[in-house]
Amino acid sequence: MVSTYRIQGATGEWEVVIGLEVHAQVTSKAKLFSGASTAFGAEPNTQVSLVDAAMPGMLPVPNAECIRQAVRTGMAIEAQINKYSRFDRKNYFYADLPQGYQISQLYHPIVGEGQLLIEADEKAGIAEDKVIGIERIHVEQDAGKLMHDQHPTMSYVDLNRSGVALMEIVSKPDMRSPAEAGAYVRKLRSILRYVGSCDGNMEEGSMRADVNVSVRKPGEEFGTRTETKNVNSVRFVMQVIEYEANRQVDVLENGGTIDQETRLFDPNTGTTRTMRSKEDAHDYRYFPDPDLLPLELEDEFLEECRASLPELPDAKRARYETELGLTPYNARELTAEVETFGRFETLLAATAAKIGKPEAKVATQVANWALSVAPGVMKSLGDEADPANATAEAQASILAMQDKGEISGGQAKEIYEIVLKTGRDPEEVADTEGLKQVSDTGAIEAAIDDIIANNADKVEEYRGGKDKLFGFFVGQTMKAMQGKANPAVVNQILKDKLG
Amino acid sequence: MPKTANKLTNLGVKDIRDGVAGGDFTAREVAEAFNAAVAEAAALNAFIITTPDHALAAADAVDAKRAKGEDLGKMGGVPIGMKDLFATRGVQTTAASHILEGFTPQYESTVSQNLWDAGAGMLGKLNLDQFAMGSSNETSYFGNVNSPWRKEGSNAAMSPGGSSGGSSAAVAARIAPAATGTDTGGSIRQPAAFAGITGIKPTYGRCSRWGVVAFASSLDQAGPMARTVEDCAIMLEAMAGFDPKDATSLKMDVPAWEAGLSADLKDKRIGIPREYRMEGTDEEILKSWEQGKEWLRDAGAEIVDVSLPHTKYALPAYYIVAPAEASSNLARYDGVRYGLRDLPDGAGLQDMYAATRAEGFGDEVKRRILIGTYVLSAGFYDAYYNQAQKVRTLVSRDFAEAFGQCDAILAPTTPTASFPLGSLNDDPLTMYLNDVFAVPASLAGLPAMSVPATVNADGLPLGLQIVGKPFDEQGVLNAGLAIQQRANFTAKPEKWW
Repeated sequence: MVSTYRIQGATGEWEVVIGLEVHAQVTSKAKLFSGASTAFGAEPNTQVSLVDAAMPGMLPVPNAECIRQAVRTGMAIEAQINKYSRFDRKNYFYADLPQGYQISQLYHPIVGEGQLLIEADEKAGIAEDKVIGIERIHVEQDAGKLMHDQHPTMSYVDLNRSGVALMEIVSKPDMRSPAEAGAYVRKLRSILRYVGSCDGNMEEGSMRADVNVSVRKPGEEFGTRTETKNVNSVRFVMQVIEYEANRQVDVLENGGTIDQETRLFDPNTGTTRTMRSKEDAHDYRYFPDPDLLPLELEDEFLEECRASLPELPDAKRARYETELGLTPYNARELTAEVETFGRFETLLAATAAKIGKPEAKVATQVANWALSVAPGVMKSLGDEADPANATAEAQASILAMQDKGEISGGQAKEIYEIVLKTGRDPEEVADTEGLKQVSDTGAIEAAIDDIIANNADKVEEYRGGKDKLFGFFVGQTMKAMQGKANPAVVNQILKDKLG
Repeated sequence: MPKTANKLTNLGVKDIRDGVAGGDFTAREVAEAFNAAVAEAAALNAFIITTPDHALAAADAVDAKRAKGEDLGKMGGVPIGMKDLFATRGVQTTAASHILEGFTPQYESTVSQNLWDAGAGMLGKLNLDQFAMGSSNETSYFGNVNSPWRKEGSNAAMSPGGSSGGSSAAVAARIAPAATGTDTGGSIRQPAAFAGITGIKPTYGRCSRWGVVAFASSLDQAGPMARTVEDCAIMLEAMAGFDPKDATSLKMDVPAWEAGLSADLKDKRIGIPREYRMEGTDEEILKSWEQGKEWLRDAGAEIVDVSLPHTKYALPAYYIVAPAEASSNLARYDGVRYGLRDLPDGAGLQDMYAATRAEGFGDEVKRRILIGTYVLSAGFYDAYYNQAQKVRTLVSRDFAEAFGQCDAILAPTTPTASFPLGSLNDDPLTMYLNDVFAVPASLAGLPAMSVPATVNADGLPLGLQIVGKPFDEQGVLNAGLAIQQRANFTAKPEKWW
């Protein structure tokens, strides 16, 4: 498949080549090599162990939970899991790096090649589903944080993040447009959150990307790439690519060359600037960390990791379509986020149980409710709604009444409004607030008899073959019943009486 | 009746432990006697700081336990010297460097804690080569240690060996019954040989490295230094054990080495590595090696020739691997969080690093940081570090094959006896050669011990080394005991301090 995203330069069209290195903070109570807490937002330097502060004689001990999460993530992207991996030291001096080295995995990462599917999205210019290759995942320590706004002449250091476990997920240079990169990050985030290995919170820095961009004339060799560091939102990732690609095209078309360099993104201006050039590149002097033995994973551990994986987005989406009969759109929307499918599946189970039908029979009704009706009501109420009242039980009860024909769609919304505001029982609301359809055939029959008697001419016309008039009779009946008649019952009686 | 202080300081670990337990004297009497001996021996410069109160408090605790009839521990009532590479809570820990001068940890190393838990007390923090880098104890920021030994008829100051030179000097001078050492490439065995005492480096991973200032992590290993094999067995039992805080710690129970001691070597084969007959080895050392074979044969062992073909590459490989690790391990001494900070006027971060490290590290430490940085740098990594790691694998394989034919290996500990202080300062290569027999066992992570064999014509001690199979400290100790019983090494330095 050929992407159609092109930069129009003076000398013709340019293609953008994008690779992403996503740093995802591993969900774990403790750091990668120390027992210190990883909770976000604590006072500076309150979550720092002797190991994180690199006190003399302190030693790293791997946190098994972090290793487990990296392995599970690798499995979720269908990657090669390396039973033998090793930690290496990346040596450089900086004030946020107490040890003077970062423990990472250069030579033998824990996860090898894998892949991830991004879905066709016409609006975004992604014509077809596309598989993006993943080169590797390795685990490494995060650094601390420098604070430059605490003192007029000095910088302060907060080591709370020092030693926190990160997964670095390195894609292949397989993306060809900002939209594809955006879709990749969103999909990756979704998978990480399904697996539970990263909370995906980009604002808190739990996920950030280094964006590698180069341009080339279509069909030519890869150009020289630049790497823009620490980009912390999907939108910014796309902005970086747009900006960098256009900048590079300008440079090249003006006879310049692209330097392989590290750049920084400025979210305020949407531009990137040089951070350090290749000449200033560090010699990191990687070597195996002698404080740590190689990681050797046993089959039993791998099986446990695999067994603990949930159903993943692609599989779930397919199942929603085939087993539940949902539309592709609904299936995609419902499976995009952990919270969405979680709420949906709970509600689906509750509704099916309440109605006494298989899930597949009520799935479409529940999906429409969950994706459009319920959020619409919630939104219209604003602060008046108490989300705590949006229980699966209450919603299932409303859906069941609707399924039985006791209430109309409009009544369902009205009842849900009251439930959200007050927490009252939906059935009680329906009864006491008069929000029920009349299914009492006696009352409906009486109303219809009146209508037939008063509209003899229309009845003649209908019986003479003017089928369209059926709607007129339905309308008249509903009007007479003040909108509360069960449409199915009305239809049936009308058909019987009109013959 | 309490024995005189003079006599108490002649006692070793076992005699003190048993004497305190049996009520022959109190732990406090022992601590006071050694505290006094330490105070008298300032001329040796064996201690960087002394901690008499620590020794007394530990002794009082042991005496109180005895009064209540409680177990006194494996080292109950024994005051020891602690190499100043072990972090000790509330007590300055310097690694004999300026950059850590004044650093007082809030934590206790696992090994020292194990010793305190076993009833030992601390006489003080022992001097050493700076960051354990050196073979003569001349690289300490706090001045060299003087060996208690002197050549007969000479007043020239001699080297106590290194890096555990404060430990060897203190034990030889009988100002401590025992001391901790650490051995990266011979730093327990070489000073033990120079000072006529016994020291064992156990299998890599036996003693936790947690809280020990790191030199070369894949090689560093703590061990005891004392005057007898029995004392080493007792103290090693107290020091060793699995530590979840050290990822390279051995997950194995600590054997009852003291109880397992036996000098009967019947059915044991002792290997003599032919490659250890090296040019430059002292004739008297070669002679003592021959004598050692006779002693072991006398103890029932069969002597067999073995080959360790990659021996000659071991020392160069060591001097790549150890500095490489050190260059990274010492990066944390940057003036930011603890220890020395040199912040010139108007200096930025990089200037502060440079000034602090230039001021805080001695020449030998800088030399090794430079070597290590060089061998790890882009373009040289494969030629040096990777190559050295391959040699290391081959050296280990040599031992594994040799141990197919023998149970332990006998070799000299050092190629020469102690040398005068200052004599090798301008010749780092010759200095490094001192570790030529010690380094192979370090690279292979094997247990190895030095026991005193004899004195040379100058009256200086010579040591013999036993290298054992992985985890076979017992075999090493037993062979050592067989030598000890036959060598009957009674020489001791004449008191001049």
